[in-house]
Amino acid sequence: MIEVKGLRRRFGPVVAVDGVSFSAAKGQVLGLLGPNGAGKTTTMRMLTCYIRPDGGTASVCGNDILTDSIGVRRSLGYLAENSPAYPEMTVGGFLKFICDVRQIKGRRRRQALDRVVPMCAIDSVYHQTIETLSKGYKRRVGLAQALIHDPDVLILDEPTDGLDPNQKHEVRKLIGAMAKDKCIIISTHILEEVEAVCSRAIIVARGKVLVDSTPQELKDKHHASLDEVFRKITRSKCA
Amino acid sequence: MNSFWAVFKRELKSYFTTPLAYVFLVIFLFFSGYLTFKEGFYEARQADLKPFFVNLPLLFVFMVPSTAMRLWAEERKVGSVELLFTLPITIVQAVLAKFFAAWLFLGIALALTFPLVVTVCYLGNPDIGLIVTGYLGAFLMAGGFLAIGCFFSALSKNQVIAFVLSVVACAVLVFAGMPTTLNYVSTFLPPGMVAAVEGMSFQVHFDSMQRGILQFQDLAYFVLLIAGWVAACAIVLDERKAS
Repeated sequence: MIEVKGLRRRFGPVVAVDGVSFSAAKGQVLGLLGPNGAGKTTTMRMLTCYIRPDGGTASVCGNDILTDSIGVRRSLGYLAENSPAYPEMTVGGFLKFICDVRQIKGRRRRQALDRVVPMCAIDSVYHQTIETLSKGYKRRVGLAQALIHDPDVLILDEPTDGLDPNQKHEVRKLIGAMAKDKCIIISTHILEEVEAVCSRAIIVARGKVLVDSTPQELKDKHHASLDEVFRKITRSKCA
Repeated sequence: MNSFWAVFKRELKSYFTTPLAYVFLVIFLFFSGYLTFKEGFYEARQADLKPFFVNLPLLFVFMVPSTAMRLWAEERKVGSVELLFTLPITIVQAVLAKFFAAWLFLGIALALTFPLVVTVCYLGNPDIGLIVTGYLGAFLMAGGFLAIGCFFSALSKNQVIAFVLSVVACAVLVFAGMPTTLNYVSTFLPPGMVAAVEGMSFQVHFDSMQRGILQFQDLAYFVLLIAGWVAACAIVLDERKAS
């Protein structure tokens, strides 16, 4: 469902992503791991067609990010870092706006709202303006907008950032429940999250893919916890 | 409803869900009335809206950039630009949707000056054609100022910087057509260049519409100006949205 071939992106003299390639299929939850500044968010932004790559390409559900960016954006749901939204809008108004842009109308819109609002547990804040919500609720509203069109591919940039332990557990449970029908990519540097939800882990640092494996394989191969494996790999290969 | 209309509707609604629209409308209507009646309206003993239209460019120099400054600077500041451009909408659709929503808002502000029209109709028999072309010119001028503001709003994340740059650019385009400016530039520029400076100004094109003359060249000026600045806005936004 996702095919990434040699993606490259520079910001001035800084090479943010340097020839990243991987693929992900339906039923997989792929964890993009890496230290801050590793290129995770830039990779996701290229996959969602927010920024153009300097080199390489990728396809999402058969749509190329360079030639069919609208097709790509139709087929995926994206939760950006910090869950950006329109602060002055109510949660309901915001979700209806997303439905309008995605051309989900009438009965389909009511069904979509009836599905995602309880799923993301935002019923109690449905009529509240987004600026008055806590970070956790904002994150859940962001997740709801990413799920509203029931996409085949989900790209979630640090989905549990800012959530309390209970909310983290709920979001991980939700990701786990959706995993079998979708292809999900999550970026994180919380390693317990990778063990909890990811069926595959890619470690990136300085814009390059260092490891592509499963969390269990990584632990078995290095005879260490995922934390130690992460430190060992990112330090030794970046040194 | 396609993506364009969705963004257009959201943008127009957002003016009225915040105090922005009301503050803008109250200040705009107060000053447009004050500057009209301040001097010469009754003394002229002529039933027309000339005193209103004459002061409009100066009022727009400050008021329109205050509407335009938030268009893209705010989206970039709060990060919602990333949400918007990962939805199935093109940059051109989004830029046009936000531009037309803001233009319609300015149209509403202009329409709310209708008591001035009622006043002159009550006091005498004004030339309605003159008033209509005056309003058309004012609406096009608002669109021109807005397109400039839209561009600077895409250029800077900071709304204050966007506002100041827009005010300066709009003021240059207004004052370039003033007789005092033209007299000054004629001291060191050849007549052809002076005519070019005059032709670039809002003032000249707006003045002729105020006089009730609807010329192709004036309409073309506003259309090209709006299209040029809006296109530049889309290009800048595409380059700088993620910076």
